[in-house]
Amino acid sequence: MAKGVWIVAEQRDGALRKISYELASTARKLADVLGEDVCAVLCGSGIEGIAGQLGKYGVDKVFVADAPALEPYTTDAHAAAVAKIVKENDPSILLLGASTQGRDLSARLVGKLHTGMGTDCVDAKIVDGKLLLTRPMYAGKCFGEVAISSFPQMATLRPNVFPAVENQKAGEVVKFDPALDEGKLRTKVLEVQKDASGKVDLTEANIIVSGGRGMKGTENYAIIEELAAVLGATVGASRAAVDAGWRPQSDQVGQTGKIVSPNLYVACGISGAIQHLAGMGSSKVIVAINKDAEAPIFARADYGIVDDLFKVVPELTKACKELLA
Amino acid sequence: MNIVACVKQVPDTEAQIRVKADGSGIEEGGIKWVMNPYDEYGVEEALRLKEKNGGEVTVISVGPARVMETIRTALAMGADKGIHVQDAAFDGADAYTTAAALAAALKDLNPDIIFCGQRAIDDDQGQVGAVLADLLDIPHVSLITKLEFADGAIKVIRPIEGAQLLIEAKLPCLVTAQKGLNEPRYASLPGIMKAKKKPVDVKDAAALGVTPAVNMKVVKFVPPPARAAGKIVCGDDPAAKAKELARLLREEAKVI
Repeated sequence: MAKGVWIVAEQRDGALRKISYELASTARKLADVLGEDVCAVLCGSGIEGIAGQLGKYGVDKVFVADAPALEPYTTDAHAAAVAKIVKENDPSILLLGASTQGRDLSARLVGKLHTGMGTDCVDAKIVDGKLLLTRPMYAGKCFGEVAISSFPQMATLRPNVFPAVENQKAGEVVKFDPALDEGKLRTKVLEVQKDASGKVDLTEANIIVSGGRGMKGTENYAIIEELAAVLGATVGASRAAVDAGWRPQSDQVGQTGKIVSPNLYVACGISGAIQHLAGMGSSKVIVAINKDAEAPIFARADYGIVDDLFKVVPELTKACKELLA
Repeated sequence: MNIVACVKQVPDTEAQIRVKADGSGIEEGGIKWVMNPYDEYGVEEALRLKEKNGGEVTVISVGPARVMETIRTALAMGADKGIHVQDAAFDGADAYTTAAALAAALKDLNPDIIFCGQRAIDDDQGQVGAVLADLLDIPHVSLITKLEFADGAIKVIRPIEGAQLLIEAKLPCLVTAQKGLNEPRYASLPGIMKAKKKPVDVKDAAALGVTPAVNMKVVKFVPPPARAAGKIVCGDDPAAKAKELARLLREEAKVI
């Protein structure tokens, strides 16, 4: 019978990503209810040394595939490796991160493992011995409670939603042979073009300062950038601002952009069209600055200022600078 | 070149979504149905590939009778023929079952390249493309924003957190389209007229030899959790309001 709560840990450039600890902690919580063990799978090249770190967040055992073909990530190689070890061990639950890599890998695994999966979940619990997931649908306009009748019961977890909790367990490292068939590695990463700005991606940011139609032009984003710099935030934008060409596509938050869940989301000059609210509705604290008191964003905001953003934002930057000094 | 674009019909992004009182689904009345925006990028890229390299574009969709309208939209944009997988047995199907239906319908076509949207904006799962590729035993690259084809292989750009990757894949291959890939065209009036005469093959589960088995089920739809009413910082002086907001964020919300 399927047994054990498993995660696929994520690393990049030889360092575990934060989502890995969030996955481990969530798996621990579920496994304690079931009275089962937590196992992790970690794939890459030259990564055996970091595997044990997962023990600190409640992982009992880490299965490591360490091979040159597993770095950088390609779907074919990682899906083959993970599917092999999962099939050999038959876990009841398999969790991945709803990161770019986790979404890609998990979907391919649904095919290889012939099972069901809930994507981008914001809650996971055990009810009557089975996994019950909560996930946003229609970009958060409604939520679905999802159950999976096949094994492993798969889910990807939205980054930054599940807490990472230290809970030292053995973290025993076990190497396994991914038995990769070179002929089946059909995609090749020719080049990794790193973003030189070094800014934290919107999906991983703790704080986001976003500007919308009310910004009126590219040049005005300087005040948004300044506030973001003081707060250590990443700059985002609404669809209106992106479609107007003021900000790059990669900055867009919303139903057809990025789905984000920072601790703090500051919406400046954003009216709060439903498709925008859908993309940032799971933010922990929402601030709206808009001169239109009727703007729908205020219905979602925890804090609001009804005033001209061009007057308020620079003052907010100044006030935050003083507070944080 | 044998090109396939998979499309799904979804509620428009501006649609209000209301959950049925018994939580069994959403109220479909009054919803404007459109082609999933990410699938539009896929259809557009399929058409551009055909215009450059020759070949045929087949558009395929799984869903009830109303889906025919979306297939016709793709035909009006310039796709050559359609496949409509229509069977009540596929209502509420999970990703694996939908992908299995698509795979069965496409198997004899031997596609060189298949385009899917990176995810559908209704159930937001983003699984069908990858599962379809797996069932057809071809590679896939997800979330692409650029595609070039030469010498039987494609080179694509795939953005990830903090970087973008240049990836090469030999055909046959499946890719999932992300915003930024292109600007989808509108159907022209002559295009709409022509689309009416283009062939659309309608198939059911029996014809495809697929037995729908639902492993992932939405047991209950619920409205989003209500947020407590927010605090509006009042006053006439922008500087004083900004200062008070900063204080609240620091001392009350504890987020800065």
